Amino acid sequence: MTSQKQRPRLAVFKLASCDGCQLSILSLEEDLLLLDQAVDIAYFPEASSRMEDGPYDITLVEGSISAPEHIEQIKNIRAQSGLLVTIGACATAGGIQALRNGADVADYVATVYAHPEYIQTLKDSTPISEHVKVDFELWGCPIDKEQVRHFLSDLLAGVEPRFPEHSLCMECKRQEHLCVLVAKGEPCLGPVTRTGCGAICPAMGRACYGCFGPAEVSFPAGREHANADALASRFSEALHLSNDEVLRRFKGINSHASAFKETAGKWQKMEENKHE
Amino acid sequence: MSDSVDSWILKKVSFDIFFSALKSEDYKVLSPQVEDGAVTWFEASEADDLKQGFSDQQNIGSYRLNQTESDVWFSIVHGAQSLKSLTFKPRQATVKIIKTEAGISFQAEQPKAEKIAVIGARACDVAALQIQDRVFLGGAYQDEYFKANRESLLIIAVNCTHAHETCFCASMNTGPKVKAGFDIALTELKDAFIVEAGSMAGKRIVEALNLTVAPKDMSKQADRLIEHCAVSQKKRMPQQNLPQALYEKQHSEHWDDVATRCLSCANCTMVCPTCFCHAIEETPDMARQTSERVRVWDSCFNPEHGYIHGKNMRPTTADRYRMWMTHKLGSWIDQFDSSGCTGCGRCTTWCPAGIDLVEEAIAVLGEDAMEKKA
Ligand code: SF4
Ligand code: SF4
Ligand code: SF4
Ligand code: SF4
Repeated sequence: MTSQKQRPRLAVFKLASCDGCQLSILSLEEDLLLLDQAVDIAYFPEASSRMEDGPYDITLVEGSISAPEHIEQIKNIRAQSGLLVTIGACATAGGIQALRNGADVADYVATVYAHPEYIQTLKDSTPISEHVKVDFELWGCPIDKEQVRHFLSDLLAGVEPRFPEHSLCMECKRQEHLCVLVAKGEPCLGPVTRTGCGAICPAMGRACYGCFGPAEVSFPAGREHANADALASRFSEALHLSNDEVLRRFKGINSHASAFKETAGKWQKMEENKHE
Repeated sequence: MSDSVDSWILKKVSFDIFFSALKSEDYKVLSPQVEDGAVTWFEASEADDLKQGFSDQQNIGSYRLNQTESDVWFSIVHGAQSLKSLTFKPRQATVKIIKTEAGISFQAEQPKAEKIAVIGARACDVAALQIQDRVFLGGAYQDEYFKANRESLLIIAVNCTHAHETCFCASMNTGPKVKAGFDIALTELKDAFIVEAGSMAGKRIVEALNLTVAPKDMSKQADRLIEHCAVSQKKRMPQQNLPQALYEKQHSEHWDDVATRCLSCANCTMVCPTCFCHAIEETPDMARQTSERVRVWDSCFNPEHGYIHGKNMRPTTADRYRMWMTHKLGSWIDQFDSSGCTGCGRCTTWCPAGIDLVEEAIAVLGEDAMEKKA
């Protein structure tokens, strides 16, 4: 990739997703032109009808593994890619469509579609990393365009891209926003959510709903788990959310990410026990 | 003005003469005002801007602003923001790196600061600024950005006559009356302020106002209000035998207990007026011709903060909470000759998990650390 003569080849693929993350890349505007000079955009159907075959040096994948054919597709993509980078909550954590995980998917299909017999779907929606090796993960629903820009600039400069994985609160406080949790009693997920979005929800006076996933810092020795349980207890005890309201906070865009999944699971059990 | 005179009266109705004096010295005046629901340092240009119209209610993990009809001007004690935001800014550009024909060039961001007068700093915050002075300006290397901001700051403190559930400045001996490090101090009475000067610059400004000397009974009334605020504080920080007492608790089981509740979110350190940790961010542009290097607030609660090559020195929340408390209340004394805590209570008010620094210190050090007076 350091070779200046031949530009690295970039591909952008899509699986089960809404295209929002690809739009974030398109919204790079002027920087998109610079990107086009720095790399050869070989495959990006959302942006161009020129669709070239692999291999690719950098592959960005949007979307989760949700339908049977996705499993073959992602294996093919992996085989053709130097670096494989997931973009967004779907590709990185299974996305909003992972809300069906653990429920009866046939039941959902019957409810939603007039002809359920035409629908082929997997029981669970899962992140790319559960199927093939992933080199980098960009979180968010959608991803943050500044983060994409930073990521690609680092990569093209030959620097290993590194993003902070700590809690959103640090950025929120650096920007000196009013804390909606402490000052308004809003159930903000910021304390256990990964930084990266620029604290855009608290900036608008609303609680973070965790679209960047759990703040889990990875070290050579392993990953540190976000203390989502403690925040859930606080929502219940101090903010007086019902069990159902608590579990819904963690059962959102990143419900399949383990820290949120485990916490939601505990509160679901509590809620079920209450009704027994 | 004779040397024995040390306090004057400034009637609320004539407060604008004070603004004129500050303006004539080219100060931009800031005061804590409510903007978009939050208390922030905001530009004030006349006395009316100082009347806050809100009062704050601070508790463990909770902050509320309530509209008030009262004629008290400084009815808010403080918001999340302290003087730290003005002197050690959350983001500070430091260097711009530019690719040139010859290689790369480094352009240092020159420190620049405008003259700012803040009206409404509290005793705990003025004490915190003196602590930060030792951190950033003491020793062989001075922080030029802090220095520039600091030197152009005129501090007009307001003595507290009302404390919150989370305040404990009295036990830290930093307030509620501002002790040192201020230029001018005000104590609010019903229709007037008692004015004191604390520096040459403050004295010059006050003298130019030609104020009446405060009669004894008014000064006494002000002192009584402040004293009442001191005794109303229920929280007291244990200070017995520090820092050793905390060093001995390095292996306390309590660190694990607090870690079950702590979110490692860093809010406590972000709002603490003395915390000084920072990180450096480097942002290259897409054309890879320039890169901006910016200093940002960091925190010992950031799991990445204790990471050195190949090893994380504080891998768990228990390690990090121990680090925060042991440094703030203990080893700070060895390092900078004073506690790192002024008792402002912000870490406790703004903790989304409702963790109370004083309670945790008592739990770690043991109840008896409280009884004997340090
Ligand atoms: S508003 Fe949310 S993200 Fe911001 S400091 Fe409060 S809890 Fe953290
Ligand atoms: S504040 Fe939270 S929900 Fe909002 S964009 Fe950021 S991570 Fe997503
Ligand atoms: S440790 Fe807490 S009470 Fe002490 S100065 Fe910092 S924020 Fe204020
Ligand atoms: S003590 Fe409170 S504010 Fe500080 S890191 Fe822990 S949860 Fe966050």
